[in-house]
Amino acid sequence: MRDFLNKLGLTFAFIVIVSPAVLFFLWMLSLSLKFEIDNASYPPVFIPDRINWGNYAAVIESKRFMTYFFNTLIVTGSATLFALVIGVPAGYGIARMRARKSAIVILIARITPGLSYLIPLFLLFQWLGLLGTLWPQIIIHLVVTVPIVIWIMIGYFETTPMELEESAIIDGATRWQVFRHVALPIARSGIAVAFILSVIFSWNNFVFGIVLAGRETRTLPVAVYNMISFDQLSWGPLAAAALIVTFPVLLLTMFAQRQIVAGLTAGAVK
Amino acid sequence: MSELTAGKAVAKTTATVAAETATAKKNEWRPISYWPFVIPAMIVVMAVIIFPWVYTIWMSLHEWKVGQAPTFVGFANYLRLPSDARFVESVGHTLVYTTLSVALPLILGTLAAVIFNNKFPLRGFFRGLFILPMMATPVAIALVWTMMFHPQLGVLNYLLSLFGLPPSLWVFHPATAIPSLVLVETWQWTPLVMLIVLGGLSAIPTEPYESAQIDGATPWQTFRYISLPMIMPFLFIAAMIRMIDAVKSFDIIFAITQGGPGSASETINLYLYSVAFVYYDVGYASAIVVVFFALIVALAGALLHLRQRTHWNEAGGSA
Repeated sequence: MRDFLNKLGLTFAFIVIVSPAVLFFLWMLSLSLKFEIDNASYPPVFIPDRINWGNYAAVIESKRFMTYFFNTLIVTGSATLFALVIGVPAGYGIARMRARKSAIVILIARITPGLSYLIPLFLLFQWLGLLGTLWPQIIIHLVVTVPIVIWIMIGYFETTPMELEESAIIDGATRWQVFRHVALPIARSGIAVAFILSVIFSWNNFVFGIVLAGRETRTLPVAVYNMISFDQLSWGPLAAAALIVTFPVLLLTMFAQRQIVAGLTAGAVK
Repeated sequence: MSELTAGKAVAKTTATVAAETATAKKNEWRPISYWPFVIPAMIVVMAVIIFPWVYTIWMSLHEWKVGQAPTFVGFANYLRLPSDARFVESVGHTLVYTTLSVALPLILGTLAAVIFNNKFPLRGFFRGLFILPMMATPVAIALVWTMMFHPQLGVLNYLLSLFGLPPSLWVFHPATAIPSLVLVETWQWTPLVMLIVLGGLSAIPTEPYESAQIDGATPWQTFRYISLPMIMPFLFIAAMIRMIDAVKSFDIIFAITQGGPGSASETINLYLYSVAFVYYDVGYASAIVVVFFALIVALAGALLHLRQRTHWNEAGGSA
């Protein structure tokens, strides 16, 4: 009986602590599926009698949605891949040289506000004539993705055993072969963590886009923000757009929560 | 200094590539250099992190509006800061915003971690749901919060009315703008504190709890005298990370209030945005960035200091 009450109390506690998150996203879904008349009624309608899929159709069929979607894919994809290509070896090198102190630069990059990079790089991109293309955003997203990848990889390579690598070297392998065939396969799960976090933080980034993106080069978060100013009163399409933008991230979070938790606590808990 | 090392390492690489096969055959062990692995990243870090710093410091010493030629003015931009009422006010807003945005997630996150530290079916699934707010796209979230804050049609005032409370103007009134934004920030970032503290809680051995149970300690006593001292280092780290993120908070504030109403919720970061990209006064904006830098470097130093202390504590605890 006592045990049963404990279980009941625990169930109740879990429901209470996850409800702010769950109710928020359910309300977001509700807003996105309602006709304007239901969205503008008071008291609010939580579960509508009729569902308006038209909000989603309106967003997806709107003039530049596909452009913005592909812009986001290109910027996030390029910035993440490039960060992995240079960041994974760097994390390996720093971990093997036991040069963790050099990661101070990474730490400072992580804690410096994005706007600080924007002013000089904006002027540089203007001078290079790159504004109006996707290049400025791809390059500046490296400010986000490279430190994440290096930071996480240092943590992973520091914990992988050295013995295998040493014996490979004794067997005559070059340091590149050691990295490629011994260290990399062991660190696969770490690379997955770095990839997931890099994708999410790049996808979510907003501040770089509002300054660097033109009408044709916006990413989805910037496009959604621009909808607010023009479309203040129609909540349905706005909520639908917001949900479309963040849905891939929510899905990834639910499926890869173990990796995400490992990555986010890597710097803090270890 | 570092250029020299880099050059040396590049030379080394070419030499090594040529000698690779020979070394492999000779089958001899020698200490290997890892510089080639690090250099590409160093170049990128130079370009997108170091260069902006140096350029920013140079710009901060110049009077420069975009489209005009820069003129050297020494420290004039810095001397302007203390007498700039809007800047001074933004520092105050940042401090209030940061203090609240550290304290509330820290308390709620610790509470949530204590709950998550229990064995429970579907715990992983619940943890996934719980961390959704901090992973979701901030602008998308901000948009929905804006609708929820709506004084007439918003769901929050409806919820208040259910509890018999009077409606609030939320982000639409100067006095409640910052607390309302802190509500969003707390909702968003409590999960991160929870994860960090949970990491600390799960590292505590079970023996102290068992003996506490034998001695008949209450749950509060167990938490206060066993868990809390053990998770203290983790709480410090969570507080520091939270502080750094709250100081530089931008997306949520920009998307919900744009620093308004008036300048009631304008933090340093928001003011910096206006100076740089509304007035295009890049010289002055750079001076603000440098002052911001100074603050951040101090915080980073404090964070590293705390990290070292944590390691020391862990070593002391296990010995």
